[in-house]
Amino acid sequence: MKKWNLIVDVANCTNCNNCFMADKDEYDGNTFPGYTFPQPRHGHRWIDIHRRERGSGSLMDVAYLPTMCNQCDDAPCIAAATNNAVYKREDGIVMIDPVRAKDQNQLVEACPYGHIWWNEEHRVPQKWFFDAHLLDMGWSGPRCVQVCASGCLSAARLEDEEMQAKAAAEKLEVLKPDLGTRPRVWYKNLFRFTREHIAGSVATVIAGHEEVCAGASVTLLKNGAKIAGQSTDFFGDFKFDDLTSGSGAYSMHVQWRDLTGGAAVELAGSVNLGVIMLAGNGK
Amino acid sequence: MGKCVGLKTRVLKERAASALADRELKLLLAGLVSVLKVAGRFSERVRSLMRQEDFTLQITLADQSIARWYRFTGGRLTSKAGLAPEPEATLIINDSRTALSIMVPWRSYLDQIHAMKNFCMDFTGEDRFVMHFLGIASEAQECRYTYGEKMPDGSTRYVNNTNGGAVYVYVRDGRILRITNIDLTEDDAPGWTIEARGRSFTPPRRTTLVSYTQALKSTVYSKDRLLYPMKRVDFDPDGERNPQNRGVSGYVRISWDEALDLVAKEIMRVKRTHGPGAILNSTGSHHTWGNIGYYLSARLRFFNMIGTTYVAHNPDSWEGWYWGAMHHWGNSLRLGMPDGYGTVEDCLKHCEMIVFWSSDPEATHGIYAAQEGTVRRRWAKELGITCVHIDPFYNHTAAYMGGKWLAPRPATGNALALAIAYVWISESLYDTWFVENRTTGFGQWRDYVLGKEDGIPKTPEWQEGESGIPAREVRALAREWASRRTYLSCGGRSGFGSACRDATGIEWARAMVYLMAMQGIGKPGVNVGNLQTGTPVDTHFFFPGYAEGGMSGDLNGTGLAQNLYQKMPQVLTMNTVQQTVPRLQVPEAIMEGKALGYPMDGRTLEAQFRPVPFPAPGYSRIRMYYKYGGSHIGTMVESNRYARMYQDESLEFVANQSIWFEGEAKFADVILPACTNFERWDISETVSCSGYSTHSFLQSNYRLITMQHKCIEPLGESKSDFEIFSLLASRLGMGSYFSEGSTELGWCKRLFDGTDLPRHISFKEFLKKGYYVVPAPPPKKRDPVSWRWYYEGRPKDLPEVSPLPSDYTGLWRHGLQTQSGKIEFVSSSLKRFAPDDPERPPMSKYIPSWEGHRSEAYKTYPLQLISPHNRYSFHTMMDGKDSTINDIKDHRVLIDGWYYWIVRMNPEDAATRGLRHGALVEMYNDRGSVILCLHVTERVPPGVVHSYESSAVYAPLGAPGNSPDRGGCVNILTPKRPIIKHSHSMACNSALVEIRPWPRETQP
Repeated sequence: MKKWNLIVDVANCTNCNNCFMADKDEYDGNTFPGYTFPQPRHGHRWIDIHRRERGSGSLMDVAYLPTMCNQCDDAPCIAAATNNAVYKREDGIVMIDPVRAKDQNQLVEACPYGHIWWNEEHRVPQKWFFDAHLLDMGWSGPRCVQVCASGCLSAARLEDEEMQAKAAAEKLEVLKPDLGTRPRVWYKNLFRFTREHIAGSVATVIAGHEEVCAGASVTLLKNGAKIAGQSTDFFGDFKFDDLTSGSGAYSMHVQWRDLTGGAAVELAGSVNLGVIMLAGNGK
Repeated sequence: MGKCVGLKTRVLKERAASALADRELKLLLAGLVSVLKVAGRFSERVRSLMRQEDFTLQITLADQSIARWYRFTGGRLTSKAGLAPEPEATLIINDSRTALSIMVPWRSYLDQIHAMKNFCMDFTGEDRFVMHFLGIASEAQECRYTYGEKMPDGSTRYVNNTNGGAVYVYVRDGRILRITNIDLTEDDAPGWTIEARGRSFTPPRRTTLVSYTQALKSTVYSKDRLLYPMKRVDFDPDGERNPQNRGVSGYVRISWDEALDLVAKEIMRVKRTHGPGAILNSTGSHHTWGNIGYYLSARLRFFNMIGTTYVAHNPDSWEGWYWGAMHHWGNSLRLGMPDGYGTVEDCLKHCEMIVFWSSDPEATHGIYAAQEGTVRRRWAKELGITCVHIDPFYNHTAAYMGGKWLAPRPATGNALALAIAYVWISESLYDTWFVENRTTGFGQWRDYVLGKEDGIPKTPEWQEGESGIPAREVRALAREWASRRTYLSCGGRSGFGSACRDATGIEWARAMVYLMAMQGIGKPGVNVGNLQTGTPVDTHFFFPGYAEGGMSGDLNGTGLAQNLYQKMPQVLTMNTVQQTVPRLQVPEAIMEGKALGYPMDGRTLEAQFRPVPFPAPGYSRIRMYYKYGGSHIGTMVESNRYARMYQDESLEFVANQSIWFEGEAKFADVILPACTNFERWDISETVSCSGYSTHSFLQSNYRLITMQHKCIEPLGESKSDFEIFSLLASRLGMGSYFSEGSTELGWCKRLFDGTDLPRHISFKEFLKKGYYVVPAPPPKKRDPVSWRWYYEGRPKDLPEVSPLPSDYTGLWRHGLQTQSGKIEFVSSSLKRFAPDDPERPPMSKYIPSWEGHRSEAYKTYPLQLISPHNRYSFHTMMDGKDSTINDIKDHRVLIDGWYYWIVRMNPEDAATRGLRHGALVEMYNDRGSVILCLHVTERVPPGVVHSYESSAVYAPLGAPGNSPDRGGCVNILTPKRPIIKHSHSMACNSALVEIRPWPRETQP
């Protein structure tokens, strides 16, 4: 049985919010019997976009993480529901029955991803359900995918084994894997949001002027052992990425022509070390 | 003898033809009765129109030899040949042959207009009955049209268009269910393919949208929609008008008849009492979408007909390009911006680095282009093209594309440019061949850069003191730029926005021209652009953009003369009032009766030099303001002035025609509720402007031309702009002049007939399907690359008539629009106009910002506010209005039940002031204050704060114009001073402010 999966490429999210707006457009003021009551115009974020700024100054970066109901294969909300109010469709989509789920506000707390929302007017919990009513009418995917212009979001209807293979090949991850909920929403380039970088610039003084050191060799060391190496770009900049937050002390060794230098940092979050000035008259 | 026989034959033939025409006309007039009756049986809309009025209309030939009357009583039609005793209106046609040519559905509008202009067609009696009769007749024809597609769930899918992409609109039970982008099908023309660096790039088969288009349904069904006409409670046109209460008092519902009578009466009273020019009219620039109902179409037609002092726009998004750059490289018909033809292919094939300088196309979408450019920039990313971003804000394009971010102090960009030039000159890193052969005046510029003129070499170290960017980074950038094939992306599309709208915007734009000249613009991979414009779509297929003026009949105020005037015949309209008010001085014009503007007129370089004083000799001051929409408080500079002016005694009457109750609409005496373009007919192309943005559809991946279906009935009692103007015109006896007897849909058909569409698709099919994709030309027929002809020394080979032929100083199409025909480092036009102007010398120099870190006010207000074009709304369009946009985290923030606008500040500045992320703050200076939600972010450097322009919400906490605004109109704080004296310009990105905490308990 082929099932739905959503793939989110963090490196390609521009924070345009089309997905968020499309979801609101679909459900604001619309009832789809058997699927959902209307979503309140304001307040709910069935699709939510989180912002993460890393580092600072000229080497900072910003990444966005769209999140939504993960359509978990081992969904805590199904377990938390009474009256079979939440169920899994054969195509992998998790549905909250809008009638059976009435008054079941415990479901809001049951979701470890914070993606079930309470509709006070209709007294039902609500969430993103892959626009199943549209898929059932023959649409080729959910609206968030249709309106995504940067290619950040894509839907894949695959056998579970195919999806596993794809996830392995493309290094896809899920959110909070340790919970064992087995999400069907997969993330590419998640490190841009969840992990850290160490960045900096290399410069020296030549003939009385500060000059950048392009092509300098920068070695990243942990516990004295080399874990990565880079050559600085034309601005003399380097950036080591995909490091674990709070992972302790790092040091850098820099070599440019016959000049050497270095820096050390205790990695809490992403950091711009600023300028590593190489002393002496480089030639 | 032979002659005589010939003449006799001709006379006999004429007589026979006349007699035949007489017989046919009688049949036609009689036949009309059954046509109307059958239509009435078929269509509820026709029946309801027939029920609306009891009246008799007769049609007669001028000599009354043939006549027939039509009487409507309680929805029933009776008719008889001959003259009626007391008809409400009589349509008089000169002769039966004329009548036959214009009374058939397949008539030529050129014939009809010819008949109207030569009084072969006229009427007596009440105009509104003629209008109503023509309305019934048109509806009888149009009710047979079918359009839209039935969906399995019982909804109908229509097509419409917006200022952010073409859309499908699903409607069920008369209500919009959803709005989506359009997935193209196999029936639609295939997309183009660009082969670059071993890869093939073809755009996805769909239209793109932006957040605010995707949110449109929520603005259609908004609690802020105006659903019926209203009158200010304490406004009495025959007694106390209480202008001092505008913006304060509430409103009472009135009928359309009362509202229209009142406005029509005021129009006539004001003209009769004060003389011509007393009526002022203005509108925002991005009012819904379409060629017929748009602000440059129906609105101009009406206001030209009544005689109006127009509010003259400044080149709002172009400023520095218009007042500066154009004097060095021409391009006046693009208001100083470059064209960009063919640059997508050139960039993908040859470019190695893009320097984004005050350029955020992911936020500003070029103009109207939704996210068409995003996929192309993704390709650039995939090709590994290096990006550098120069902007005081770490913008959205920087976040998406990656690359080094250089954050100069606001309005110091040209110091940075001078230092780049210094490195190029001192290290011989520029295109000396190009400079020698394609430019003039370089020697003088070189000497200035090297400090020979003023003793200050413009070194990277010197610029560091101005911009704050480390000298070593400037040297690194300059060297890399010169050694690689580099595109300069200076502005949103290539031009537009940001740095050109600050206190040194003119010098910045001029510097951009200089830098491109030094690198030999036009070489493969060396050009201006950012993949936002210049796709290889077909520029030879004619379909007008909105700036061609639609049905305006206005040859002066629109681009009608470009193509459409010949292609869609229409009666000319000409405003007889030779007076304008510069938009940035509307308050002074009203309150002080004095203003001085300079024209935004792109016909030639010199047009902008002519001062335009207000009042014009012999014209009245402003006594009535007919405003469309409510945008100025959000979009104009020092905008508390715009709130205050409404309360001025001299302003006797204010009407506002608006879709939403917001901004300035709340200052009117009478409010006329308009509807959105989902509730009326129109026809348009996505992204297409024409006029000063000729071929702006080069931003589209597919040229997509749409029939804008009337998807739903107008909400409440709201009406389309066309209908409101029609009804008003009718009360002034000019309804049939306004409409020329055509409905909105009729006008759409007339426009369709004037384009290249009929060669490829019938109106019936176009109307049914709703859109047509113009096929992309084969690779060999693609347009050449912008500037290549100039670089190679050939005649201009781009598909635009720019400059106008008389502006060439040599052979036609040889060289540029400048006097020398070359890129001029020292401008001939500026030398002729004002050689000693210290504010705009003929050659660009470093002029410190008059509202910057060297200003006196900096001591009191040490924060530099930049307020660029908004990302999540299109100016005031789609903001506020209970729109779902308000829920976007980076647009507004909900605090204690109010959606606050956002200001962004560096953590260091926030710490100094004891301010926390998410707190309410007051941003203020001597011009006013605005209450905002604070975002603490590394995206702005210390000393700079960022808040978008164009809040639609103006919510003063006390007296309008004199109290803090919590709507978010940060333009309250921006200076009214023009960039330079000899201009009508704004420096909205240069404002010195301070920020302090705002106690939450102060909220009402």
